Amino acid sequence: MSKLVLTQEETMLADMARGFLDSAAPVSAFRKMRDAGQTHDAALWKQMADMGWAGVLVPEAAGGSDMGFAAANVIAREMGKTLVVSPFLSTAVVAATALRQVGDARALDALRKIASGDVTYALAVDEGIKHDPDATTMQAVADGNGFRLSGKKTFVVDGAMADRLLVLACTADGLTLFDIPSDRAGITRDKSNMIDARDAAKVSFDDVEATGEDVLGQVDSAMAILRPALQAGQAALAAEMAGLAAGAFDMTVGYLKERKQFGVEIGRFQALQHRAAHLWCETEVTASAILNAGRMLDSDPHNAELAVSLAKAKATSTAILAVQEGVQMHGGIGMTDAYDMGFYMKRARVGAEWLGDYSYHAEKVAALRGF
Amino acid sequence: MSHAQAPDEFRAQLRDWLEANCPAEMRGGGVTEDAICWGGKDWVFSSNAQKIWLERCAAKGFTVPTWPVEFGGAGLTRDEEKIFLSEMNRIDARVPLQSFGIWMLGPALLHFGSHEQKLQYLPPIARGEVRWCQGYSEPGAGSDLANVQTHGADMGDHWLVNGQKIWTSYADKADQIFALVRTDRDAPKHLGISFLLIDMADVGVETRPIKMISGISPFCETFFTDVKVPKDRIVGTENRGWDVAKYLLTHEREMISGSGALEAGGRALGAVLSDTMETLDATLRADAMRCEIDALAMGLTLERYKDQSEAGQGAGDASAMLKYMGTELNKQRHELMMTAGGSAALEWDGDVGNRAGDWLRTKANSIEGGTSEVMLSIVSRRVLGLPA
Repeated sequence: MSKLVLTQEETMLADMARGFLDSAAPVSAFRKMRDAGQTHDAALWKQMADMGWAGVLVPEAAGGSDMGFAAANVIAREMGKTLVVSPFLSTAVVAATALRQVGDARALDALRKIASGDVTYALAVDEGIKHDPDATTMQAVADGNGFRLSGKKTFVVDGAMADRLLVLACTADGLTLFDIPSDRAGITRDKSNMIDARDAAKVSFDDVEATGEDVLGQVDSAMAILRPALQAGQAALAAEMAGLAAGAFDMTVGYLKERKQFGVEIGRFQALQHRAAHLWCETEVTASAILNAGRMLDSDPHNAELAVSLAKAKATSTAILAVQEGVQMHGGIGMTDAYDMGFYMKRARVGAEWLGDYSYHAEKVAALRGF
Repeated sequence: MSHAQAPDEFRAQLRDWLEANCPAEMRGGGVTEDAICWGGKDWVFSSNAQKIWLERCAAKGFTVPTWPVEFGGAGLTRDEEKIFLSEMNRIDARVPLQSFGIWMLGPALLHFGSHEQKLQYLPPIARGEVRWCQGYSEPGAGSDLANVQTHGADMGDHWLVNGQKIWTSYADKADQIFALVRTDRDAPKHLGISFLLIDMADVGVETRPIKMISGISPFCETFFTDVKVPKDRIVGTENRGWDVAKYLLTHEREMISGSGALEAGGRALGAVLSDTMETLDATLRADAMRCEIDALAMGLTLERYKDQSEAGQGAGDASAMLKYMGTELNKQRHELMMTAGGSAALEWDGDVGNRAGDWLRTKANSIEGGTSEVMLSIVSRRVLGLPA
């Protein structure tokens, strides 16, 4: 029976990640990137790959560290605390999980490149303003031995910089997942100017050629591969948001202890104490849901849907609460661009939408709980 | 049960035992008040099955599965307890015995009691022979619990106790009371309290039930007039009863916090609401989904804290979080159940049973055992380190 307590290895991983990120990727580093209009730090990603993070879900046989989903969540959580920008979620979690479902020689080769940090991926699924893979309309029309892809994808996270795209499209009898290079003829990538200063793109496909080789898994059965990949991504994103909430919370409590009004620290006021305490309670409850999602993905992945949606829903509401309270309790300074709290608020909003918002996951929980 | 057993073997044996020993009448329907077995000298079993079920469980130590065998328990580890609970759940077996002795005094004695006290008091609790109640709150000591004024005068071989307790749950049905009594009026308020064990049958002990908004009287006032309490009836050190009280409050908080989440862990809120309202309207459904998400996450949090506690990290002050979140959630859950019940829920014991009474009862959850506001103050001062 796996326990809802961090193992010694997981605690060490968290400590090590914290130590590394505090020096290599503090919030000030993110600010510099934002100011420079930079959305990817290739050198940082290479360092993460060297530490085994890019290969966290890659089998050892393909050069990965194969630490598992709970460990991926531990890393994502630490990244969230200081708003670290990296292809970790898109590439090391989502794409790696998809490729691992396939497991053939070509997939293993791709996994090897992920683990070494030599290739990045972006997931091109969403078409409307809400995440809904089942509503995919983009067409991949059979043409000889291959397909021709036409349509538009939006909110493709890391889509502007990724080397490869995982594209979901409709084929004759279902959905099919394609793994194609992002510079293939007919693909146009339009980088979005995102509030969280990260990479996301609108990607259009104009009669793009794909061969049978480019199909990941079986034609017409994308979800067998995509579902586990989405779940892994949702759990890791939930962990990132829980880390983000913890980061915003720590800043806020620190401020309550130092900011003086009426001649005393504002943290002496019960009205603020109780709100801060409530927020801490929410972060504790959220941590349980995250830990449980990691444990379920590692031990019983076919039955992890409830745990994952619960984690994403709970992390979303807690992160939103944390940044709202963060700005409010900081007062005017929290509204300024020079202060970091706004970064947390904007990232929380993007994280809330990505891979399914609160309602999307609440509906999944409700369905699984027989509502 | 042998600790060397593999989990699967343990589970299989347990399953066989439960199949053979849990009477059919003791499976299902365990949530209503009259299904609960509280035990005690004057306990009247609701059925022969209830009596047999208690006796069989007590003989195996299953009324207090994690207590040591020599004190009436089964000596189960946390993992074994999980298996035990899941097997009980599987056949929807009723809890054989519930009591403040199991939840509160037992843990306090296991931690602070002498070996003699453990041998004297714990087995009768495990067998359901003695029913205990808790004498903490007083008219002037609610949230400010350490302000208790019930006084124990040192008379050499005994204390002479005078004073009044309030909100004493089931004092009118209890055989014994564990009470906070001021034994040093000159010391700072936290350092002059002793944790005394008093026989409710003693001369000078009186109880008076208090009728609550829910229509029932689970709480009492308890009066002590010149009650003689022998000197060996103290848990822990004289004047250091606050240490015991605090330890016990932690247990009480964890226990109360469990109510909402465990209820939810058993049956989904959506199904519960659909019992009385076939199609949930959109607003109620949305509220219920949010409540269900919070309840599932809270259930996992209780699991996590139990796992942590077994790994040697006690909840400590974080138990205030468990209590606050669990009780607020339970209140929300019952508000939604009232909404789903519509006008049918507005009648006492109407078509939807005692739903209104249950709903009103939950309002005490965030008051008893420390109010939500006291819990938030504990978190803000002791966990977050905000200045007092």
